[in-house]
Amino acid sequence: MDLVIARPEGLYCPAGDFYIDPWRPVERAVITHAHGDHARGGNQHYLAAAPGEGILRARLGQDINLQTLPYGQRLLHHGVTLSFHPAGHVLGSAQVRLEYGGEVWVASGDYKIEPDGTCAPFEPVHCHTFITESTFGLPIYRWQPQAQVFSEINQWWQANAVADRTSVLLCYSFGKAQRILHGIDASLGPILVHGAVEPLNRVYRESGVYIPPTIYAGDVQKSDPIMRKALVIAPPSAGASTWMRRFGDYSDGFASGWMRLRGTRRRRGVDRGFVLSDHADWPGLLWAIEQTGAERVMVTHGSVGVLVRHLREQGLDAQSFSTEYGDDEEDAALTEPDTAEVQP
Amino acid sequence: MKDFAELYAELDATTSSNAKLAAMQSYFAQAAPQDAAWAVYFLSGGRPRQLVPVRVLRELAVEFSGLQPWLFEESYQAVGDMAETISLVLPETLHSSTDGLAVWIEDKLLPLRGESPEVLAQRLPALWAQLDRHSLMLCIKLITGSFRVGVSKLLVTRALASMAGLDSKRVAQRLVGYTDLSNRPSAASYLKLIAAESSDEHAQRGGQPYPFFLAHALSQPVEQFENLLGPASNWQVEWKWDGIRAQVVKREGRLWIWSRGEELVTERFPELDSLVHGLPDGTVIDGEIVVWKPAQSGTQDAFAASPAVQPFALLQQRIGRKTLDRKILEEVPVVILAYDLLEWAGDDWRNQPQDKRRTQLEQVIATCNNPVLLASPVLTGENWFDLARQRESSRSRGVEGMMLKARDALYGVGRTKDMGTWWKWKVDPFSVDAVLIYAQRGHGRRASLYSDYTFAVWDGPPDAHERTLVPFAKAYSGLTDEEMRQVDSIVRKTTVEKFGPVSSVRPSLVFELGFEGIALSKRHKSGIAVRFPRMLRWRQDKSVEEADNLATLQDLLG
Repeated sequence: MDLVIARPEGLYCPAGDFYIDPWRPVERAVITHAHGDHARGGNQHYLAAAPGEGILRARLGQDINLQTLPYGQRLLHHGVTLSFHPAGHVLGSAQVRLEYGGEVWVASGDYKIEPDGTCAPFEPVHCHTFITESTFGLPIYRWQPQAQVFSEINQWWQANAVADRTSVLLCYSFGKAQRILHGIDASLGPILVHGAVEPLNRVYRESGVYIPPTIYAGDVQKSDPIMRKALVIAPPSAGASTWMRRFGDYSDGFASGWMRLRGTRRRRGVDRGFVLSDHADWPGLLWAIEQTGAERVMVTHGSVGVLVRHLREQGLDAQSFSTEYGDDEEDAALTEPDTAEVQP
Repeated sequence: MKDFAELYAELDATTSSNAKLAAMQSYFAQAAPQDAAWAVYFLSGGRPRQLVPVRVLRELAVEFSGLQPWLFEESYQAVGDMAETISLVLPETLHSSTDGLAVWIEDKLLPLRGESPEVLAQRLPALWAQLDRHSLMLCIKLITGSFRVGVSKLLVTRALASMAGLDSKRVAQRLVGYTDLSNRPSAASYLKLIAAESSDEHAQRGGQPYPFFLAHALSQPVEQFENLLGPASNWQVEWKWDGIRAQVVKREGRLWIWSRGEELVTERFPELDSLVHGLPDGTVIDGEIVVWKPAQSGTQDAFAASPAVQPFALLQQRIGRKTLDRKILEEVPVVILAYDLLEWAGDDWRNQPQDKRRTQLEQVIATCNNPVLLASPVLTGENWFDLARQRESSRSRGVEGMMLKARDALYGVGRTKDMGTWWKWKVDPFSVDAVLIYAQRGHGRRASLYSDYTFAVWDGPPDAHERTLVPFAKAYSGLTDEEMRQVDSIVRKTTVEKFGPVSSVRPSLVFELGFEGIALSKRHKSGIAVRFPRMLRWRQDKSVEEADNLATLQDLLG
């Protein structure tokens, strides 16, 4: 019997009668992480990994009916043993391990392989069936070590500051922004943040993640000379808005895995694209799948068809799961790579 | 190679002309002349013929990357650019080559042409392994002849001029023909581009043409012409021909013919060779090469009756031929319709007023007395409204509209307006409402975005018992980025079936399609081929049933 099946409301565990990251309101929702396409409002009961509590409440409301479990701690529910394990994606992100009648399934949510210091690093979990994402499921997506990307960002910021030009770096406000703040060289100048980013910084700081001192951009006058030397962290939606006018002469950059392609970089119309993603790249996906030892792999959102076909060629039993993940508000502006046909 | 790859990345990353100019200036300031020579060549649009067949490149990339062919193909479809795809899937290496652009082109890449797949399979991976990812992408673009970057020739000219302390018109003059296949860039040719002015500049010219003066589009209503342009009598008015813009250069007993793309095309038009006898040395004529059939009978004066210019499609067929046999030359004969005189008796006439140049041109044509050299007739009208009425006959005459040239204007360089202006006053395009039935993902900036569409019209009227949509045109321009994103998302939701990169969609989108010409065609299912199709408007107000049918197109055929 399948431990998890796809239903119109979301991924469902029949034995335990609960959903994982449902996209329609349900009675019991197990949440892998707090990004908008995985954690939605309106569910009766929430269960999530403990480090994600702050963010979940900040996003879905302080009063949601939320129960949390530390990573690794087991919970028995209707005969299903459930535990959370780090996914390395954002603060509090987790893979969900389910065990029932000797069968082990792991639903990964979104995950990243490279540890980044802002959340617990990805841990492979042994299982029979692994549910994987496939956001960057094409061999063209291979990430540089993040240290290299941070050094590129530092150099860009420094060169702009010398030319008295503000550096505006657009990135997702939850996860990516904090990872960048954590990774860059904060001694290079003042750091300003958009109103959408600051509340999330607070939650990270409260969780003990080091985020350098930041200034709320709204508090700084256009004429203030620190503007000219500053790095500004803002969500992508701010990039095309009048909000940018306050910076006068600025250079803009965009940090995302999609920046790997010249076409998406040019379509964004920014001066610089930094290739930095919170998802696994192609080698990362294949490594993670291999580490689980799973013989059966269910592929969700992204390049589903490509990954399924590739895994089948490697001798695995791979299938697709149709989900409604991957259309996070901040993600929607960028076109996702298409899914290829699944060969029968 | 790495320096040029970095310049490419800088030019590619910005949309600001000033930033591009600065990037080129700093590149040229430090580049060795032989490298700069090739950089100028590529930046101003030069492309050597393809060095390695794309099929061979693809096979080598598949082998070298260790990917299954289908996975490479999926990658290519997502990237939309072969060179970039290959650079993304090959193993990353550190940049180890210290050779400059010229060594790469001359010693490593050009010798690849014509080599067998076995030799290429040995040499290419060894070359690739010396380059970092950006240089590798650039290298493959140079190999496939697909190098393009967003700088205009004018901008390259300005960068060189400011560095060399020259007038940019002088540099433009020297650059003409630089990208022609017959010219091989070298340190000497680059140093000549940026050399100080010399007194015998003119004498050194050889077969060099002048930079073409280009027209601006005039789209205001005729009611405003009097205000905008003054009285019609101040203007020299001609038909706007639909052929190949060309300069005929006669110097030192030789004849050169240059296309507007600054390509030497003398050999493609052997029937014009005879002009070498009729034109005196030191003559340069600007005009249009068209396929011409003089009226067979009836009126003697073919001009006054109706210009017997043939559709551009015929000329295009002829251009496509590798060899020109007698049959083609007989069936598709060309003439040059001359409209300007740029050099006469060895003197540069571009600073003479338009009407003086015209008068002299007519004399040159009369003296030459060769049926392949005709004057583009000057049209007269009482006023702008009279000319507008005459313009309505454009389509039946096979012309695109009219050209307006101020009688006192000088002959400028490129699309400048400081010496006077040429206006092209084109007739409105044909248009039909058509249905989007297939979509394909685009290339470059539109990679991964469904941006190339196939359009269809109905094969019967709305009340027909049963009718289907027949494809007749492909178009990919005319939409805003925002509209394209919306169409992309609708295509993804309405896809019925995929054939490789092409998706068939459930018909739901209607667009007003504009095009310049229409002709019968055996190659298209609809039996009709249109020229320069593009989207004029997204007809969100129309349902698929309200789109036009084949009869509408057949009516346009006339």
